[in-house]
Amino acid sequence: MEYILQQFINALSFGAEYALLALGLAIVFSVMGLVNFAHGEVIAIGGYTMVAFATLVTANPWIIILGSVVAAALTSVLLERVAFRPVRYADPTTGLLTAFGVSIVLQNLFLLFVSPRPIAVTSLYFLDVPVDLFGIRISSLQLFETLATLVVIVALTLFLKRTIWGLAMQGASLDFQMVRLMGIRANRVFALAFLISGLLAGLACIFIMARRGSVDPHLGFNPVLMAFVACVVGGFGSLPGAVLGGFLLGIVQVAMLVLLPQEYGGMKDAFVFGIIALILVWRPNGILSPPVEKGDKV
Amino acid sequence: MPRPPTMLDISDLKVFYGPIEAVHGISLCVPEGQCVTLLGPNGAGKSSTISAICGTVKTSGSVKFLGQDLANTDVEDRVRAGISVSPEGRRVFSNLSVEANLLLGAGIRRDRDAIRADIERWFRTFPILGDRRRQMAGTLSGGEQQMLAIARALMSKPRILLLDEPSLGLAPRIVSQIFEMIEQLKQDGMTILLVEQNARQALRISDYAYLLNTGTIQAEGPASSFGQNDELMAKLTGLG
Repeated sequence: MEYILQQFINALSFGAEYALLALGLAIVFSVMGLVNFAHGEVIAIGGYTMVAFATLVTANPWIIILGSVVAAALTSVLLERVAFRPVRYADPTTGLLTAFGVSIVLQNLFLLFVSPRPIAVTSLYFLDVPVDLFGIRISSLQLFETLATLVVIVALTLFLKRTIWGLAMQGASLDFQMVRLMGIRANRVFALAFLISGLLAGLACIFIMARRGSVDPHLGFNPVLMAFVACVVGGFGSLPGAVLGGFLLGIVQVAMLVLLPQEYGGMKDAFVFGIIALILVWRPNGILSPPVEKGDKV
Repeated sequence: MPRPPTMLDISDLKVFYGPIEAVHGISLCVPEGQCVTLLGPNGAGKSSTISAICGTVKTSGSVKFLGQDLANTDVEDRVRAGISVSPEGRRVFSNLSVEANLLLGAGIRRDRDAIRADIERWFRTFPILGDRRRQMAGTLSGGEQQMLAIARALMSKPRILLLDEPSLGLAPRIVSQIFEMIEQLKQDGMTILLVEQNARQALRISDYAYLLNTGTIQAEGPASSFGQNDELMAKLTGLG
């Protein structure tokens, strides 16, 4: 029983991290139809900012955390301004290639000007201590991660439903030009989507760094791959879908880890993606894919 | 009677889609407080003209609003200057509630209490929308969506209202209701540019009309004289 509960919490915290990452991709995709593969490099920027703050500025972990989240958010907004704005109304493929380009350029900048090797950051180890919860031992990091994701989901929902900018972003996911025809500035809506995406990347960065304890140029690759898979499973462009896909991916991963016999351990990912493929056979557009606007123009 | 001042003044307007020219240099004007109608068959360039005024297509020539040339004015700033549109196909935000649609319509306003009051006023005008205020706009019927689209366009408190085919695809009873609403707006002093295929109903509530075909203006005149021109009316109703 204890073992099951423990694995359940594992699944939940993995899922929470994927959900956080997937939301960062989904919010930009829903507004401008762009799969932002440079999201991972935004996370890496957060990681390198941690290094810079820890070695040059302060040992206070809270300032380091704040600095890295702010850096990730600013980077995201800056990327929109310099890289994605010019291709805003272009073909989706153009946006996709631009995102890959940005990703490659940033990775090479890290390689050239920082270091190809991992750099250790020890400031966040304090987040990861074992705690007893109802008789089971879990890592405090898992708890923080799950709680943080829940807070993000609630905050994002309130923002989207209760504020005019939130409504504008939802409207934009359906008909961007109509939002402009309401007099709501397209530039602000795009900037806001990237700002939120960057904040989510910064938050995810904290947990990733606390667990790994080091940053290298490819820090963001795996997380973004997982976020992409979560988005596809949940339905690309749907925010609830991103959350659902994230948690589902976490559950499937942990389930495979637990259920597969030892000798098949190396094939864990194959089984995970096999199950994902089956879900996509069942729902080719993802589980909660947003309805396609068919329009009623005669 | 002195002529009312011109609100919208279009001259030699051409509209381009890539290399294709859809409107070939038309000129028209909408005086303040009047209802002007653009008639014409499908593909005549009516909606392109509306898009040109909104700034969503590539154009040449001039569109002047309250004496200001809009050539370098963004879509958003045109709305802020007082141009609002109920577009062809209605384009309500079907993934948002009726109320949220109206709130977005008022997106450029900052007077929260007045916005609330305006929304309540619309719900009294159209009780059916009020009953469904929390429902997704996509679940409304075509006529309800059209009312919502017009109400949404008016939430920004525009100086001029552009109505693109408000009667398209609606049942006759609903069409009469929509035209009643437009007539009421006109009586309240709203300046309206109406695009319609339903010539008879449109001319009844309009002051002036233009007939557009294949991207050029073929005829223009006071709405009453349009109605008396049997040959023209036969052509128009035949086209519609």
